[in-house]
Amino acid sequence: MSEPVVERQRSAAALLGRLARARELGLVVALFLLFGVTAIVNPRFIGVQSFKDILLNTAIVGLLAVGQTLVVVTRNIDLSVGSVLGLSAFVTGLLFADHDVPIVVAFVVGTLIGAVCGVINGVLVAVCRIPALVVTLGTMYVFRGADYWLAEGRQVNAADMPSAFLKIGSGSVLGIPILPLIALVLLALAAWGMRNLRSGRELYAIGSNPDAARLAGIPVGRRLFVAFVLTGTLSGVAGVLWAARYGTVDATAATGFELNVVAAVVVGGVAIFGGSGTVVGAALGALLLSTIGSALVVLKVEALWERAIDGALLLLAITLDRVLALRAERALRASASRGATTLPANGAAAPPATGAAAVPADGATTTPPDGATTTPPDGATTTPPDGATTTPAARTAADARASEDAAADVAKGGTR
Amino acid sequence: MSTTVLPPPKETSEPVGFAEHSPLRRLLSWEGAITALLIFAVLVATFGVEGFADSFNLANAQLDIVEIAILSLTLTLLVVIGEIDLSIASNLGMCSALMGVLWNAGMSIETIIPLTILVGAVAGALNGFLVTVVGLPSLAVTIGTLALYRGMAYVLLGDKAVADFPAAYTTWPAKTLGSLPIPYPTVLVIVLAIVVGIVLHATPIGRSLYAIGSNKEAARFAGIRVKRITFWLFVASGAFAGLAAVIYTFRFSSARADNANGLELTVVAAVLLGGVSIFGGRGTLPGVLVAVLLVGVLRNALILDDVSTETLMLVTGGLLIFSVLAPNAVTWARERWRLRKLSS
Repeated sequence: MSEPVVERQRSAAALLGRLARARELGLVVALFLLFGVTAIVNPRFIGVQSFKDILLNTAIVGLLAVGQTLVVVTRNIDLSVGSVLGLSAFVTGLLFADHDVPIVVAFVVGTLIGAVCGVINGVLVAVCRIPALVVTLGTMYVFRGADYWLAEGRQVNAADMPSAFLKIGSGSVLGIPILPLIALVLLALAAWGMRNLRSGRELYAIGSNPDAARLAGIPVGRRLFVAFVLTGTLSGVAGVLWAARYGTVDATAATGFELNVVAAVVVGGVAIFGGSGTVVGAALGALLLSTIGSALVVLKVEALWERAIDGALLLLAITLDRVLALRAERALRASASRGATTLPANGAAAPPATGAAAVPADGATTTPPDGATTTPPDGATTTPPDGATTTPAARTAADARASEDAAADVAKGGTR
Repeated sequence: MSTTVLPPPKETSEPVGFAEHSPLRRLLSWEGAITALLIFAVLVATFGVEGFADSFNLANAQLDIVEIAILSLTLTLLVVIGEIDLSIASNLGMCSALMGVLWNAGMSIETIIPLTILVGAVAGALNGFLVTVVGLPSLAVTIGTLALYRGMAYVLLGDKAVADFPAAYTTWPAKTLGSLPIPYPTVLVIVLAIVVGIVLHATPIGRSLYAIGSNKEAARFAGIRVKRITFWLFVASGAFAGLAAVIYTFRFSSARADNANGLELTVVAAVLLGGVSIFGGRGTLPGVLVAVLLVGVLRNALILDDVSTETLMLVTGGLLIFSVLAPNAVTWARERWRLRKLSS
């Protein structure tokens, strides 16, 4: 009896996985189209120097997009990243201008500043239980204010910084610019962690359903705290890189940057309400947006259009996501109702529950934990499958939803 | 679990416990606190900051927050139903740029004003459409239109400025009611605030907004037209942004694409400071208006006192966090106290 159920769930998981991959593939296709069209108008757009410039422009926003993804998949948001970057960048400049510190020290201090800002956000969100939107809106002002307060209208110029440091921002190793290389290494680390680490998977589970995640024994507060600290730290690193790239830093550096970052993340397929999306997608989103910026210059479209296009693209991306998700949901529901006619037990179990988790919630009651049938999900292993025998029905439903969410997450989560 | 049973009869029979949860008391305590803060700030500014109580300065201080006040009215309604509109300031910028373009094209001001408000409303309708018909989260939608509308402002006007509006209109915002230090825009804000306040606090529609904010599904099953109301609130939000654009443009006698850049965050800060829950379902308009006034007093006093505008950011951000942290801390302490009393 469980055979068709398992198969159905496997195909559902595959469908969700396909959707997620489709997003990254779609971004790559969009990038190629963009390059192609632009190159037809101006062949110089495809060239080593042009690629280098685009990568350099992407590195910093890409780094922030990676950090932002960690927070957004947990159904939170960090609007303070631009201010953290600005603060870190200015302090880095200040250290060189006034204290002549070695480069390593500047890196460490800049990163630490980011981490401390992240800790402040993390404590307010995870311990004080204030919504992240409010917290980071507030700290966005506070960190920027601290930046101005430190700067007192000063500006640090490239002449004040050691040339070896500025090299990091513009130089290359073996023909590959250093800045994107750093960003790529950090991206790879984050991608690996989000995919393979138990805590990485738990971030997705939290975003899919915070209550279920808590019931499943995930230390939600601790995970959120760490996510915010990591995002802050990455913003700190990005600040140091910003100083290296632009040389001139004042207190206004990266003002309003957080919205570019959120746009990149959303275009990259990370659901704003958590639970799905990958750091690679977010980085691709950042790459696409900054490539559009470069292409506009080449196409001699006035740069004035860039913001409008960014906004339109973001709206297009989320609309497309929504349409695809609705279609997937309908397909799943159709297959679920087909299943219900042959297997009466399932139909009664539960209606398709939360967004991405349109996989029927019957997993925990009629089949072995569905996670086990696809891949071993961390969230699901902590969910006791015996919930059905010991707890009332409501609890069972929650457990079922948790394990099923976790299964969906392992399948790289679909669109919600 | 069964050994540490909490004595429920005692809890329910306690009149204090009941009052603690009554919405009236919660409202009083929140608004009381923020009003006390406002009075305190006004007193400190009056006696500690030279020139604050000057009637010319008082009028200026009001003008400084006119747009924030207008935008906060509709944003309050949206946050109460659990949505958010971050595109308001960009919408304002777009409408302002449009005014410049239309004026350059030779249109009369009398046509431009209604047209600007209409365009603002259409921009709001796009937000509403994406949220209600397509079913997207308003946070994502309005972050998108934040970029889109600001971008449209630049497309319309570039980095030029249109500053040759007729003096009859540009001097209007600074005119005051007789000798009172109340400029005309303040009167407009008061009228709008009364209308919105009545809608929110004294009509069935207003009650239904709280119902939507508390539980969208339940509100829908109760027969409230959730989508329709949400849509029209976004339209209203856009129209108010258009209106704010008219005042802003005349006040500075300048239509620029970067007008009111970043103002949305100040408005959100004011609304949350006013006690509106970001999760929806809670908050009052008087609270928000007091918060807007508080922001205005702080802005003005700090600027007069030669404190940099940057310190202002620190204060705004700090206040915002404090406004959410403080009630949380009070609830937590009260809960602890209650538990200790019960266990002893």
